[in-house]
Amino acid sequence: MKYFKLPLTLVLTLVVFTGLNSKFGSIPPMGKFLSPNEGFWQNEQDENLNSTMQIIGLEHEVTVHYDEHLIPHVFAQNNNDLYRAQGYLTAKHRLWQLEFQTFAAGGRLAEILGEQALDYDRQERRRGMDFGAENALQKMQEDPETLSYIEAYRDGVNSYINQLEPKDYPVEYKLLDYAPEPWTIKKTALLLMYMTKMLAGRESDLEHTNALAKFGKERYDLLFPDFYDVNDPVISKETDWRFIDVKMPETPEDDTSLDSISITETIDKPHAQNGSNNWAVSGKKSYSGHPILANDPHLSLNLPAIWYVMQLATPEHNSYGATLPGALGIISGYNNYISWGETNATRDVIDWYKIEFKDESRKEYKHDGQWKKTTQRIEEIKIRNRETLYDTIIYTHHGPVTYDHNFKGDNAKSGYAMQWVGHIGGNNQRTFLKLNEGKNYDDYLDALKSYTAPAQNFVFASTEGDIALWIQGKFPNKWKGQGKFLLDGSNPKHDWQSFIPQEFNAHSKNPERGFVSSANQHPVDPSYPFYVYNDGYETYRNRVINDFFRAKDKFDIQDFKNLQNNNYNLKASELLPNIFTTMDTSSLTEEEQGILNTIKKWDFYSEIDQLAPSIWKSWWTKLYKIVWDEFDADSLSLLTPYTYQTIYMLKNHPQDELMDILSTPEKETAKDLFLITFKETAKELAQWKAKHGDYNWGAYKATYVGHLLQALPAFSRFDLNIGGDYNTVNAASKNHGPSWRMIVEMTSPPTGYGIYPGGQSGNPGSKYYDNFIDRWAAGEYMDLLFMQDQQDTKDIIASQTLTPQE
Amino acid sequence: MKKKLINFIVTLIIAIILSQFLPWWHVMVAGFVSALFFSLDRAAVFFIPFLAVFLFWMTYALWLSNANDFILAEKIAVLLPLGGSWIVLLLVTGFIGGIAAGVSAILGKQCSMLVKR
Repeated sequence: MKYFKLPLTLVLTLVVFTGLNSKFGSIPPMGKFLSPNEGFWQNEQDENLNSTMQIIGLEHEVTVHYDEHLIPHVFAQNNNDLYRAQGYLTAKHRLWQLEFQTFAAGGRLAEILGEQALDYDRQERRRGMDFGAENALQKMQEDPETLSYIEAYRDGVNSYINQLEPKDYPVEYKLLDYAPEPWTIKKTALLLMYMTKMLAGRESDLEHTNALAKFGKERYDLLFPDFYDVNDPVISKETDWRFIDVKMPETPEDDTSLDSISITETIDKPHAQNGSNNWAVSGKKSYSGHPILANDPHLSLNLPAIWYVMQLATPEHNSYGATLPGALGIISGYNNYISWGETNATRDVIDWYKIEFKDESRKEYKHDGQWKKTTQRIEEIKIRNRETLYDTIIYTHHGPVTYDHNFKGDNAKSGYAMQWVGHIGGNNQRTFLKLNEGKNYDDYLDALKSYTAPAQNFVFASTEGDIALWIQGKFPNKWKGQGKFLLDGSNPKHDWQSFIPQEFNAHSKNPERGFVSSANQHPVDPSYPFYVYNDGYETYRNRVINDFFRAKDKFDIQDFKNLQNNNYNLKASELLPNIFTTMDTSSLTEEEQGILNTIKKWDFYSEIDQLAPSIWKSWWTKLYKIVWDEFDADSLSLLTPYTYQTIYMLKNHPQDELMDILSTPEKETAKDLFLITFKETAKELAQWKAKHGDYNWGAYKATYVGHLLQALPAFSRFDLNIGGDYNTVNAASKNHGPSWRMIVEMTSPPTGYGIYPGGQSGNPGSKYYDNFIDRWAAGEYMDLLFMQDQQDTKDIIASQTLTPQE
Repeated sequence: MKKKLINFIVTLIIAIILSQFLPWWHVMVAGFVSALFFSLDRAAVFFIPFLAVFLFWMTYALWLSNANDFILAEKIAVLLPLGGSWIVLLLVTGFIGGIAAGVSAILGKQCSMLVKR
């Protein structure tokens, strides 16, 4: 027996070692993770701020002052040092997020998360994310200045990573049991590509094609009009477009490809609610005579927050605002002379082409009556604990053949190729570097000129008194109808012929009305000569904003704060009165009547303490679904009509055949749908009440800010008391909303106010991880400390010096 | 009793020193080495190093976490899930370290017997 004891205990020891050193499913390696000397306990601390750090490659010392919000105010002697310090500090406070986002961008999540992320990774590769990032990187490398700064940023990030020991890794690395890799300049390109996908990656061409085939042109145009009957566009209707003198491409006669699509599932689309507000008033409309500008980008509410706020100063320029971890400079902010902010332009910059291959080898495809050569790109997808997968993606001159028989398709001799402005590449980093240095309108315009994607509405205000808004991006100049539906990849007339010359992009400078604004609505009215159609434009926030600015003569900071936090539900106000007059209420129970009375009394403000917004939300969700039940019942990929047109149909075509519910023998009309869904709403709310108590809007909506790892409850914040909904100016829905609220008055130097739903630290163990969230929900702002002199350390809690390494 | 105390102290000291250089398995080395030179009998072989490391890890973790108001410990106690209680998380931490030390101590004891024979 005793001869067995030794080998037995040896095996036992090895089992215990392996068991505590390895990750099982989502359970972290317990020995490693819990050990106080290298596990998560080491992350149980605030940031170490008072230290001198040596950084390779710095030319001069860089001073970093932290204010009480942990916002770093960085003072460098030149741009190279500045962006090196930005890289270093971003890594210091947001390393895990910084790296994880670029893994997500490039379709590399399976390396970290294993097989469960494989489908996502393949989809991102087939979307051409890596391909586009490589093209963008090439463009950035052509500009020596941009190149030297993105390299400096890279070196800054790596200086931080290199001095880390495993015990210092952010807690997410420990949880998932992996280590950070060196930062590369390509990762900056990937991050920008990630933003391009998020903001200019949404389209529904294939769904539209199916809908056209299903309903026919007349019905289709009723459901998906190019312009709605109301339109308060970004660039005002009064604009005179006669200066545009280019020849418009002609619509080919044989353009109709009434195919329906043979794939049943399309790739994931970015969040439909990604959008933003921005506006600026001229000095004439400002209480102080100085222009005032505001911006609030609406994105998924995540922790660590998508934005990281910094002040970046050299003797030549001094800017303040929100940065994106991975990109250089301030993205939405201001300097001593100008301020800028973005909303999404939401234009259609993705088109799909049906590709016919010569044979199953797919080495040639048909175009212009000839067989042309395809190229292949082999995507190497590494998978944790599994063999690497190689996915061969065929490329045509249009772009990657995303869908083929290897991916969501079934035909070995055909496929669907994607053409996307995002693939073209562009030095979009330069735009932000130049805005940071800009001094006036001309500098702003120069910064914007080379910007390609994601197309944005860039709002601008200067201390000189100018306000402006340019809708900037690279836009294909399409013939009428081009790219709304699937295009014929073999027909050269279906190719993108040219791009809209930059100077003809829609814009507005110092308009008569004294303000500019955008909220993802239609960019223009039909008089704009280039082809623009409704590709999912927002139709409510813009009207509330513009009406607000038309309503009086002077605006102050409090007006701006009130508007950013305005919860007026224009959408509800446009349908409910119609419902109240048409719905037959004779069959309502007493309880139902009570609920109806509550919503009848509603003033249409979606405030947290009101019951009516919850009734509306529940009711509208059901109503929208049941109106378009014909779409759900179809096995083809389809897109249901947009909200505005849905309400239009309910009000103007109440007897339309689509109002019928397929699953019932009766023929329903709009007013029947109102009643049916109202009764369901009453039932649902009663159940909700029994379970959770009063369904006031704050509790019912239950907004949350979720950790980037599938909203890990431990690292997320739930049940935030914030009003509004997607279509209100304060666009706070359940897990989506104003991700950075900023207001800047163009005094000299400018006075800024801002807040975002998160905190400066990426460490869930820091009190700075989520410390802005409650103030953000309450609609409060921080008075931003825009330091003019690095010696003036009045409101500074800690200072750090970055010194050149000997 | 004296032998137990010596083993306890030696395990503790080795663990504390090695924790500065080695990853989490410093406690396994500590348990193994102290058993090699100061071997105990029966259940004490396992339980004395278990106790030493249990206390070491708990104290170390408590010291780190207390300085930061247990912000992260409470979150990790939700994640694992331990009902959000940092006290339970501390106990689990000590327990895991203790098991590792105790098991390797049994191996140490077996090896020491091999040498003696």
